[in-house]
Amino acid sequence: MARMKFICDAERCIECNGCVTACKAEHDIPWGVNRRRVVTLNDGVAGEKSISVACMHCSDAPCMAVCPVDCFYRTDEGVVLHDKDICIGCGYCSYACPFGAPQFPTNGTFGLRGKMDKCTFCAGGPEANGSAAENAKYGRNRLSEGKLPACAEMCATKALLGGDGDVVADIFRTRVLNRGKGSEVWGWGTAYGKPAAKTSGATKS
Amino acid sequence: MTRTFVICALAAAMTALVGCGETEQTAKPATKKSDGKPWEASDSAFVAPGWKAGDQAAWDEQLRNRAQAQNEYAKVK
Repeated sequence: MARMKFICDAERCIECNGCVTACKAEHDIPWGVNRRRVVTLNDGVAGEKSISVACMHCSDAPCMAVCPVDCFYRTDEGVVLHDKDICIGCGYCSYACPFGAPQFPTNGTFGLRGKMDKCTFCAGGPEANGSAAENAKYGRNRLSEGKLPACAEMCATKALLGGDGDVVADIFRTRVLNRGKGSEVWGWGTAYGKPAAKTSGATKS
Repeated sequence: MTRTFVICALAAAMTALVGCGETEQTAKPATKKSDGKPWEASDSAFVAPGWKAGDQAAWDEQLRNRAQAQNEYAKVK
């Protein structure tokens, strides 16, 4: 039985936001809701690292634990999904999630907060696979079409891998064995040179 | 006199009809729906070719093969 997972390779992500765009286009996500986004650490500094983040479909999901109306469920493939007909939009899941995955659409004059929306691993929701109701609430159900998440399949540098955890871990392992690790990595240091050694008087704490 | 009576009767009938159009607001307990299996038949026109819907083994194989499209080492070697 497959157990779906994402892996993002920070050595490869070039912060192009192709994954974000693919997700938005595939599911017709409204303005202000980002099921996936790219986070950059040390932005603008030599050696910056970017990583694409969305729901990680945790094995022990904190959102499931704190939801007061128990709207979450986990499929046999390990995908954490929720039922929007039960969600009350309270936002507890948003506080509990370490990745900031739960999103809340806002509209109207007073910014009315709607029901929670998050990455579905392109697996839709509890409605019938590929139905209009499922599409309207959760977007496309690519898994039932025999496809993998659009973000991972569209990633130009293949930094973002998605699929069965064993398979994507194996792909990542092969990659690391081929390119090396640490200073051996074909990445920033190779392309732009290693950072200059710090002089004793100019060290920063 | 008759005209006033007709107007009043029409107004009463309209008010009664407005009541008939009111949607039920009784709270019902929310129940979790059971989700279908991803390998079950999907009517979508975008189903990837090469696997038979309804067959779990075929679906597993399809996703395993499709995941290899993310493995560039499988392409270049």
